[in-house]
Amino acid sequence: MKKIGILLFVLLLLVPSGLAQDMEHEPWTCPEGYDGQTLSIFNWSTYIAEDTVPNFEAACGVTVNYDIYESNEAMLARIRQGNPGYDIVVPSGGTVQRMAEEMLLIPLDLEMIPNVANVIPDLLGAAYDPENMYSLPYQWGTVGVGYRTEVFPDGITSWDQVWDHDGPVAWLDDRQTMLGIAHLYLGNDPNSTDADEISAARDYLIEKGGNVVTVAADDGQVLLERGDVDIAVEYNGDILQISWDCECDDYAYAIPDEGSNVWIDNLSIPVDAPNPELAMVFIDYILDAKVGADLTNYIWYASPNQASIESGFIDEEILNDPAIFPPAEQVAKLFAIIDVGAEAEELINNAWDELLIFLGQ
Amino acid sequence: MLINEGAMRRNRTVRRLGQVGLWLNPLVAYFFLWAPILVLVLFSFNSSRSVASFTGFTLKWYGNILNNVMGAESAFSTELMLNAFRNSLFVGSIATAISTVLGTMIALAMARGKFPGKGLIDGLLFLPVVIPEITQAISLAIFFKVVFDWFALISGERVFPGFHTIIAAHVTFNISYVAIVARARLADMNPRLEEAANDLGANPWRAFWRVTFPLILPGVISGALLAFTLSLDDFVITFFTSGVGTTTLPVFVYGLLKLTVTPEVNAVSTIMMVLSTLLIGISLAIQGRSASRV
Amino acid sequence: MARLGRRLQQNGFFLALPTIAWLFVFFVLPLVIVLVVSFMSRGRGGVAIMPFTLQHYERAFGVFFIILRRSIGLAGLTTVICLLVGYPLAFFISTRRRRLVRQITLFLVILPFWTNFLIRTYAWRILLGEQGTINGLLLSLGLIDEPITMLNTQFAVLVGLVYGFLPFMVLPIFASVERFNFRYVDAAHDLGANDIRAFLRVVLPLTMPGVLAGCALVFIPSVGAFVTPDLLGGTKGLMIGNLINKQFGGSGNMPLGSALSIVMMAVVMLSLLVYVFSIRRDRGS
Repeated sequence: MKKIGILLFVLLLLVPSGLAQDMEHEPWTCPEGYDGQTLSIFNWSTYIAEDTVPNFEAACGVTVNYDIYESNEAMLARIRQGNPGYDIVVPSGGTVQRMAEEMLLIPLDLEMIPNVANVIPDLLGAAYDPENMYSLPYQWGTVGVGYRTEVFPDGITSWDQVWDHDGPVAWLDDRQTMLGIAHLYLGNDPNSTDADEISAARDYLIEKGGNVVTVAADDGQVLLERGDVDIAVEYNGDILQISWDCECDDYAYAIPDEGSNVWIDNLSIPVDAPNPELAMVFIDYILDAKVGADLTNYIWYASPNQASIESGFIDEEILNDPAIFPPAEQVAKLFAIIDVGAEAEELINNAWDELLIFLGQ
Repeated sequence: MLINEGAMRRNRTVRRLGQVGLWLNPLVAYFFLWAPILVLVLFSFNSSRSVASFTGFTLKWYGNILNNVMGAESAFSTELMLNAFRNSLFVGSIATAISTVLGTMIALAMARGKFPGKGLIDGLLFLPVVIPEITQAISLAIFFKVVFDWFALISGERVFPGFHTIIAAHVTFNISYVAIVARARLADMNPRLEEAANDLGANPWRAFWRVTFPLILPGVISGALLAFTLSLDDFVITFFTSGVGTTTLPVFVYGLLKLTVTPEVNAVSTIMMVLSTLLIGISLAIQGRSASRV
Repeated sequence: MARLGRRLQQNGFFLALPTIAWLFVFFVLPLVIVLVVSFMSRGRGGVAIMPFTLQHYERAFGVFFIILRRSIGLAGLTTVICLLVGYPLAFFISTRRRRLVRQITLFLVILPFWTNFLIRTYAWRILLGEQGTINGLLLSLGLIDEPITMLNTQFAVLVGLVYGFLPFMVLPIFASVERFNFRYVDAAHDLGANDIRAFLRVVLPLTMPGVLAGCALVFIPSVGAFVTPDLLGGTKGLMIGNLINKQFGGSGNMPLGSALSIVMMAVVMLSLLVYVFSIRRDRGS
C-alpha cells in the first residue's frame, strides 16, 4: 500500500501540474482586420516547425515571406544596410542590446501581445533589455559540445577533453562565445573588453586549437553526423536534431563543467518594418501555449513559455532532457553574451580574424 | 640520308609513351569529371543513409520528395524550395533579356561602328569577366547601400534591395559574356552582305532585320543561353545583393548543403542535374537546327 | 538610304552608349566606391567612416598576407594541374577524326558543368569525407585500415578548384588545337626534328594563345574562390575569399574587406598584364 502511495506520488509529480488546462486551451485566434496583408520574417535556419507559418497564414488570412540567416552577424549586417523589408527578426540577447542602441529596433506594444503572460518570469527583464521594450523570448539554449559516443564512451565533462582530443574537432564560428570560454579558463570576465585579455584569449585558443579542422558557421552537426569530426562545438538543439534524425545514440551533447554560453533568442521588430502591427500579432501567436509547444517539440530547444511547459503540450522527453533544460547547478555556470561596445567589437573582430588565419598554419 | 639509329629509337619510345599518355590522360580526366556526379546519382538510390557503401536499391528518397511536392501535406520546406526555384527562373529570364539586348547592341557597335575609344570599351567589356566574383559582389553591395542611403536622404523614401538589385547585378556580369559570344559570330560574318542589302535599296532598319539579325541570331541565342545558365548558377553575387523573399535556388541550396545530410539532398541534386541537362540539351538542339539553316 | 546606313555605322557609338552607361553605373562606379572605402576607417558594426587611413592595407600585407600567399599558391597550383590534365585532353578531343566523336568527347567535358556549382562541390564532400565514398571503397578493398583525412584540407580545396575550373582550360586549348594545321608537324619531321622537338618548337607555340587564355580563365576565379574553400577547406584550406566574405558580416570590417579585395584584384591584374605581354611577345615572334 505504501509502495503504491509512493508510486502515485511520483506519478503525480511527473504529470504536469496543468494537465487540466489541456482541455481548456482554446486555439489561438487572430484579431480581425489583417486579411490579405503580408508579413516578412527573417529567422535562423532550421528554427521553426513545419506548420508554424502555414497555420498563422491560415488563421489570419495573410501571406508570409520567410527568409533565413546563419548568424546574428549576417542578420545584423542586412538590417544595418537598411531594413530590406522584414517585420520580424530573431536576434540573440547581446544583439538585441546592440540593435536597440543603434536604434534598429522599434518598441513593442505589449498591449497587443496578451500572451506575454505566458513567458517564464525569470526570462523577462533580462540585462540586455530590462523593460522588454524591444524583445520577447523565442527560444533559449546553450552552446556546448556535441560528440560521438563511440569516441567518448564516458562522456565529456571538461573543455580540456575538447582541447586535448587527438582527432578532428569543429568549433563554432561565434567569436564572442569562443573567446568567452577562453576568458573563463584564463580567469577573466567572459565579456572582457580589455585589449590584453582579448589577445590572451586569442592566443589561448590558437594554442588549444591544433586539432580544429574547421570553424563551422552553425553546421557543426552536419560534420559530426558525417563522421568528419569527433567533436563539434554547437548549439544544443542542432546536436539533438541529428540524434533525433538518425534515431540512434551515436551522438550526445554536454555542457562542460567549466561553463559555457547561454543564449536567449528573441522576437523583435526591426526599424522600418512595413507591418509592425501584424508582427506583434505574430509574436503573440508564437507565445501561445500550444503554438510554442509545437515549435519546441519540432526544433528541440528550450521553451521560454511557462504555459507551454505547464500545459503538458511539450513532450516529456524534451522537458526531462538535461541537454535542453539544464539542471540549476549547470545554469549557474553559464555566461550570457552582452554588447561590448564599438572599441572592443573591433578588437574581437581582429582577434577572430587572426585566430582563423593562425589555426590553419 | 642517315639519321642516328639511337635517336630514331628514342623517338619511337617517346612516340609510344606519348600515345599511351594521350589515351590514358583522357580516361583519367573523364573519370575525374564524372565520378562525383555518378556517385551523387548512385547514392540517391542507396537504401541506407551512408555514402560509404551501397547497401541496396531504393526509390524512397524520391518518394519522399514526391510526397513533399505533390502530397496532401505539402511541407513548408518544400514550398520554400519551389519558391526559390521560381525566383531563380524569374531573375534569370529578366536578366537574360536585358543583358542580351545590351550585349548584342554593343557587339554590333564594336563590330560595325567606327568611333574613337574602342580599345577602352574593349577593356571595359573584358573586365567583368576577369574580376574575381567576390570583388564584384561586395562592390555592388556597397554601391547599392550608398545609393539607397543617399536616395533616402534627399527624397525621404527608403528603397530596399530586392529582385531589382539582383537583376541589375546579374545583367552586369552577363553583358560581357553575351557581347563576347555575339561578337565572335559577327566577326565570322561578311559585312558585304549588309552593304549588298543597302545597295539593293533596303533601308538600314530592314537590312538589319532581314540580313544581319538572322545571321547573328545563333550567336545571340548562345549568348542568351550562356547568360541564363550563369544567372541560374550564380551564388556569390546574388548572396550579396538579395533582399526580402528573393532567395534563389543556389542560395537555398547553399543553406541546404550546409545544414542537412539527408539522402534527399542527393535525390534533389540528381533531379536538378537531369532537369538542367534536358533544358540545355533542348535549347542546343534548337540552336543547332537554326545554325545549320544559315 | 545607303547614306543613312553609313551614318548609322559611323554613329555606332550611340548603339554602344546604353551598355557603356550600364557598365559604368553598375561596374565602374561600384569599384571606385570600394577603392574609396578601402581607405576609410572602421566604424561601429564594421561600416566605413572618416577619416582616411592606410591601416587596412597594412593589415592586408601583415597578418592576412599568409592567406593571400596561400590563395595565390593554390590558384597557381590549380592552374598548373588544369594545364597538365587539360592540354592532353583538349589535344585528344580535337584530334578525333570523326566530327561526331569530337562532339561527343567535348560534350562529355562540358556536360557535368550544367549542374549547379554548389552541388558539384557538395559531391566532393561526399567523396572525400571521413566516412565518404573514397574511404569506404579503400577500406572495403583492404587497402587502408584507417580512413584517410581528405576533407577540410588544402588537398580538398585543390581538388575542388581543379574540378570546378578544368573546362575553362580545356575549351580555349581545344579551340586553338582544332585550328592547328598538322602539316606543320610533318614539315618539322621532314626537317629532322624528333617528336619532342616538333611539339616544343611547333605545336606548343602555335597553340600558345589557347594555353594562355586557359591559364588566365582558371587562375583568376581560383584566387578569389569562396564557395570551394568554404565547403571543402576548413581551417587549413581557408582562402582570401572567405576572409573577405567575413568582413561583410555584422561586426566585420567593411573597409578591411574592401582593401583585401583591392589587393586581390591587383594580383589578378598583374597576372593579366603578364598574360597580355606574353601574347604580345608571342605574336611578335
